[in-house]
Amino acid sequence: MSKISDAFLKEKAFIAFVTGGDPTLDMTVELVVGMAEAGADIVEIGIPFSDPIAEGEVIQRANLRALDAGASVVGIFDAVRRIRKRTRVPIVFLTYLNPVFRYGYDEFFAECADAGVDGIIVPDAPFEEQGEFKPFARKHGVDVISLISPTSEGRIAKIAAEADGYIYLVSSMGVTGVRSSISADVPGIVASVRRASNAPVAVGFGISTPEQACGISRVADGVIVGSAIVKIVEEHGEDSLAPVKDYVRTMKRALSKGI
Amino acid sequence: MSNDKGRFGQFGGQYIPETLMNEVLRLEKEYDRYSKDLEFQRELTGLLNNYAGRPSLLYFAEKMTRDLGGAKVYLKREDLNHTGSHKINNVLGQALLAKKMGKTRVIAETGAGQHGVATATAAALLGLECEIFMGKEDTERQALNVFRMRLLGAEVHTVTSGTMVLKDAVNETMREWTRRVDDTHYIIGTVMGPHPFPAMVRDFQSVIGKEARKQILNAEGKLPKAVVACVGGGSNAIGSFHAFLGDGDVRLIGCEAAGKGIGTGKHAATITTGEVGVFHGMKSYFNQDCEGQIAPVYSISAGLDYPGIGPEHAFLHEVGRAEYVAITDEEAVSAFEYIARTEGIIAAIESSHAIAYAVKLAPEYEKDDSIIVCVSGRGDKDVAAIARYRGVDIHE
Repeated sequence: MSKISDAFLKEKAFIAFVTGGDPTLDMTVELVVGMAEAGADIVEIGIPFSDPIAEGEVIQRANLRALDAGASVVGIFDAVRRIRKRTRVPIVFLTYLNPVFRYGYDEFFAECADAGVDGIIVPDAPFEEQGEFKPFARKHGVDVISLISPTSEGRIAKIAAEADGYIYLVSSMGVTGVRSSISADVPGIVASVRRASNAPVAVGFGISTPEQACGISRVADGVIVGSAIVKIVEEHGEDSLAPVKDYVRTMKRALSKGI
Repeated sequence: MSNDKGRFGQFGGQYIPETLMNEVLRLEKEYDRYSKDLEFQRELTGLLNNYAGRPSLLYFAEKMTRDLGGAKVYLKREDLNHTGSHKINNVLGQALLAKKMGKTRVIAETGAGQHGVATATAAALLGLECEIFMGKEDTERQALNVFRMRLLGAEVHTVTSGTMVLKDAVNETMREWTRRVDDTHYIIGTVMGPHPFPAMVRDFQSVIGKEARKQILNAEGKLPKAVVACVGGGSNAIGSFHAFLGDGDVRLIGCEAAGKGIGTGKHAATITTGEVGVFHGMKSYFNQDCEGQIAPVYSISAGLDYPGIGPEHAFLHEVGRAEYVAITDEEAVSAFEYIARTEGIIAAIESSHAIAYAVKLAPEYEKDDSIIVCVSGRGDKDVAAIARYRGVDIHE
């Protein structure tokens, strides 16, 4: 068991996402620590990328804000080290492959281990292409978290059997972003995963309300929220810590106590 | 260990979101099947010959040859195809395949608008819904092509994300494909993207080189010294080169956009200045910074204004089979004017990058040698931009 899968042991996990360096790296440190205090069981930090092809408009804008503000891979590692002095919450990077490739796979995952990053999600590296970096991630004890989508029919067993950390179940077609309804057959896909693996299943893409989170948690082990949090950061900037913590508390309460 | 499917050496691959994987795997299977299907090939050849106007001429540019005083210059006239560029070769192939696969809708990115126009044309002909994504900056540079696409029944989306040019149009088209993959095929316009696109688009474009090789042997009785083509993503170049790959003495030369000059940083010369990376579904060379952020690129030519290059070109460069040179805006514009005056041909500003290099290259050879230059498209769309470049203000 890794530190990440341990986070699912007690109750339904709330996984919170922020884009690293949006609006500043100092704020990223405060937001991650604050979200952990407010009940987030795992925090995903997005490494900003110039061309985030799997993201909707909200996180695209966050990527650009972060890059404009000078966020860098090196800076984000430094932020993680600062976070690690204040919380033990499992940290997962969400990054496109190119920044990792350019850094060098061995060097990148060694740095993850040293800074205290527990896992990585690479939205443009499907199962078939993970082979080139997964051995380095495993060598340094970093979980590679795989995505399963509504169109993954026939691939679920293979992906789930190899899963580290948790399975990231993409609940909607398209890119990230808040949606009023969740279209995919989440219970059906979760059942397929369960047949192939003991890995916890967390559901993301489109979730923003306590009601959605509570509904999803009846079938899944956790809920991932990104765009809704990033939107609060976009609206409140340097003053976003309090509203983000309030939001995380509300979502976590919906998961642990129901609505 | 890297996945070796769809690879050209270390380049290529399928670096795409999980949501698209099954679709791309299905495309791979269906393309494999139809590429061996005689009926499909007959239909496609029928469209190419009777609709697009193939084979295209291999024209002996006699005045240009005399003026340059070296190798005979032959122009492969893809500009004479229906819709005015080589793009139609690939589009007819993919649109026909999409239809066979039961798709009712096609989407595509476009830079200069040539690929968008070709896609809208094929969609109109084959009865497919069509939506085109085009960077805001390009919709302004190529306003006429936007209206042309709308005339053909396509919906044109102006892309305002990122740098608002070709790369951003690709991002947006990929996002749209993940939203609606069940009834939609993404007609990628060049030899880029995840496997099978680079190989499939190459196959559809390789008609250029196959014809040219036969035509030059008929005309000259021997192979040319060089084949020259412009390279953005690289589809007309790979199409021109492919039939000559096994002819070791034939130089294959791709001309990238050096924009305002390599030293200025305002260019799109991917092989000349790029580094290996992973983007838009493939491992290849990209213009990027030291942390792997894709760099903004620049060229007077909207069609070459792309920070990457097809993986097969990256491979041909790495093994030394093809050469890649960089041509500035100024050289391309001069070549645009030169070939208009000398041969009465208004060539696309993209193709003018290849012509500019041919002007330098021809004098290096003897009079009984020949070189082939691919005129990938016609330049009507560029006239206003060239006028602006020369300080003449005309309204389209």
